Amino acid sequence: MEAFGLLVQGFGILLTGKTLVLMMVGLVLGIFVGVLPGLGGPNGVAILLPLTFTMDPTSAIVMLSCIYWGALFGGAITSILFNIPGEAWSVATTFDGYPMAQQGRAAEALTAAFTSSFIGSLVAVLLITFLAPLISSFALKFGPPEFFAVYLLTFCSFVGLGREAKHKTVISMSLGLLLAGIGMDTVSGNLRMTFGSAELLRGINFLVAVIGLFGISEILLTMEERLALRGHAAGISLRVVLAVWKDLPKYWVTLLRSSFIGCWLGITPGGAIAASFMGYNLAKRFAKDPESFGKGRIEGVFAPETAAHASGTSALLPMLALGIPGSGTAAILLGGLMVWGLNPGPLLFVEHKDFVWGLIASMYLGNVVGLVLVLTTVPIFASILRVPFAAVAPMIVVSCAIGAYAIQNAMFDIWLMLGFGVVGYVFKKIGIPLAPFTLALVLGNRAEDAFRLSMIGSGGNLKVFWSNGLVGSITTLAILLLFWPLIDRLLQRAGLTRQPKTAAG
Amino acid sequence: MAAVLCSAPAWAGWEPSKPVEIVVAAGAGGASDQMARMMQAAIQKNNLMKQPMVVSLKGGASGAEALMYMKTSEGDANKVLIAYSLIYMLPLSAKIPFNWRELTPVSVIALDQFVLWDNAGGPKTVKEFIAAAKAASSPFKMGGTGSKREDHVLTVFMEQKTGAKFSYLPYKSGGEAATQLVGNHTESNVNNPSENLEVWRAGQVRPLCVFDKERISYTTKVTEAQSWHDIPTCKEEGLDIQYLMLRAMFLPGKVTAEQQAFYVDLFHKVTQTTEYKDYMEKQALKPIFLTGKDMVQFLEEDDALNKSLMTEAGFVAK
Repeated sequence: MEAFGLLVQGFGILLTGKTLVLMMVGLVLGIFVGVLPGLGGPNGVAILLPLTFTMDPTSAIVMLSCIYWGALFGGAITSILFNIPGEAWSVATTFDGYPMAQQGRAAEALTAAFTSSFIGSLVAVLLITFLAPLISSFALKFGPPEFFAVYLLTFCSFVGLGREAKHKTVISMSLGLLLAGIGMDTVSGNLRMTFGSAELLRGINFLVAVIGLFGISEILLTMEERLALRGHAAGISLRVVLAVWKDLPKYWVTLLRSSFIGCWLGITPGGAIAASFMGYNLAKRFAKDPESFGKGRIEGVFAPETAAHASGTSALLPMLALGIPGSGTAAILLGGLMVWGLNPGPLLFVEHKDFVWGLIASMYLGNVVGLVLVLTTVPIFASILRVPFAAVAPMIVVSCAIGAYAIQNAMFDIWLMLGFGVVGYVFKKIGIPLAPFTLALVLGNRAEDAFRLSMIGSGGNLKVFWSNGLVGSITTLAILLLFWPLIDRLLQRAGLTRQPKTAAG
Repeated sequence: MAAVLCSAPAWAGWEPSKPVEIVVAAGAGGASDQMARMMQAAIQKNNLMKQPMVVSLKGGASGAEALMYMKTSEGDANKVLIAYSLIYMLPLSAKIPFNWRELTPVSVIALDQFVLWDNAGGPKTVKEFIAAAKAASSPFKMGGTGSKREDHVLTVFMEQKTGAKFSYLPYKSGGEAATQLVGNHTESNVNNPSENLEVWRAGQVRPLCVFDKERISYTTKVTEAQSWHDIPTCKEEGLDIQYLMLRAMFLPGKVTAEQQAFYVDLFHKVTQTTEYKDYMEKQALKPIFLTGKDMVQFLEEDDALNKSLMTEAGFVAK
């Protein structure tokens, strides 16, 4: 077991007082940036990157990756407490996490989120440890048709498995796709829908839209309905944590499914955002009572969080092995590696063993330390709920505005955020789901590029999406999922069992 | 000695009073970003400036975001752009209302090479490659960064010179183009050395020729068998195409001469650091340092060349 020996060596590098202190500092900073909407992992890591220039590469990457884990943990906090996703991949966590908080089960929801984050990351790290060489060759199989098939699968699973009326999902998704087209089109090199405005050149940033759609619209709704954010009176004790943990084994299927989806999308790299939505939708699809989702079901927190974190962690693998960052934060870490003279690529695992295994060991340790750290600070975060709404609301609006501004240092984005706030409010009033809109906004461009590159490559022949086993099976699965409600009904009529096979993806 | 004498008054005259933003017209991890971070580290480690330097990524709209940002920052000497050939090409292809003459030139700090690469399992020489491309039933796929830019222009010129047909696939970054070549999703690319370095060292791609008049000067072995110098020029191989890309620093328009002098001096010092020298060799960049009149003359000639290439390739928007 070569991997095991190297891992032990990696732990040896880590277990020094200095590294452990850096780890704690990184985690606390990470949780902090994760909590602020919009600031998030990528910006946090980018801001703190120069601090590490004078450190040795291993200490530096340990600290930076701990900021990353911290941000992953922290993103869940505002989603659950305020319905404002601190990170894009936390959007799906709001669906059930926020209702739980409203019912006074905030501590339970937070514990569930942190625990499932931990499980997701752990599965991904185990995968990295033992499958690194195999996985990097798998990722190389992905050309434009394969990428498009994965995006198609994400879109189709939304329409086919979503709870909302299908036409509303499609309307929402189409609007998202339309807005995603604003800005420079990479394939033709032309500008689209910018109307001569310099501000629209860079397109609509996904996070700005998310902060407005979810955060600002929620404040508007709460103001209208005079609903106070209800505080959780009782102290959050070890008992709550243990109670949640005791129930964990009941949800092993959900946890395992989400981990699998997350790892797969992290490596391919479909990204944590797609993973969290897919994890949520599949959990709902395979539940005995899908209607209870969205009303504060703990599984609705487990599923997206596990998937997002499995994906966020496994996204580091293609970055290290191939130099393709699977997420924004991974891209910044990539820049950092280069500053320290480490070029990610197939040879990194051979030439800089110490560094790679030190990093992998830090993933294990950072996750354990992070879990303990966030759980012990749950009471502090949950106590925010006890502050009156009138005092919290302005603070949330200000922090949303700071977040929206900080992404690109543009005042225009604050106006955009407010605009999306109104859009989100109207959508919620007329019952159009927001999630398909945001999903289309973030994946629309990539899906379009992948489709057009496939078409250039094949000379316009659609058969390219069935040209090999890999892309063929993903495309077929996507189409099956799109028509799933229809197929489901036909199967029932034919008298076949209603129980679908699990883990078809 | 002369440089020291000239720059002394500049030091006394002006110095940034707040953190300096180095504006990158590309995404995270790309060649410009790497270079900006190298300079950030070189300046910080060698104490070349009292204020810190922060890297600001403005890669939106294929880098047009950075150009517009610099254009609208007139008179703000705390922003410096790390530019490349997009300053000539984007205004032509996408009609961005931008002209580099509105910015203040500081210095040209490097020239980047272009190399024709194919998969390690593909043809071994330029001649075999061209022959295979002509014989192929569907056109060879050429990966590159963006549309109607350097990589695309080079592809069009290869078609014109050889008569072979290519389908050009515009990816978001050179890194992506590199892995797509390794995965055999494309037959070739014209990446900069830095973009393909790691996959070359791993023996997954093969350099066929370099698009320059002379070979790359670095003779240290990069792979087990080859150095950058061992790659033949395209002309040697019978493919007479040359193209180099500038890497240059610009300030926004309407800054004072003193402010300009401060940065000329700063980047001159950067080019003297070991960080810069190591970086140049590692990424196989061509060292150059032009400033003042020499730089403007270089830019004018380079602009004219790029304009004619873009016009010939049919990439200029009407």
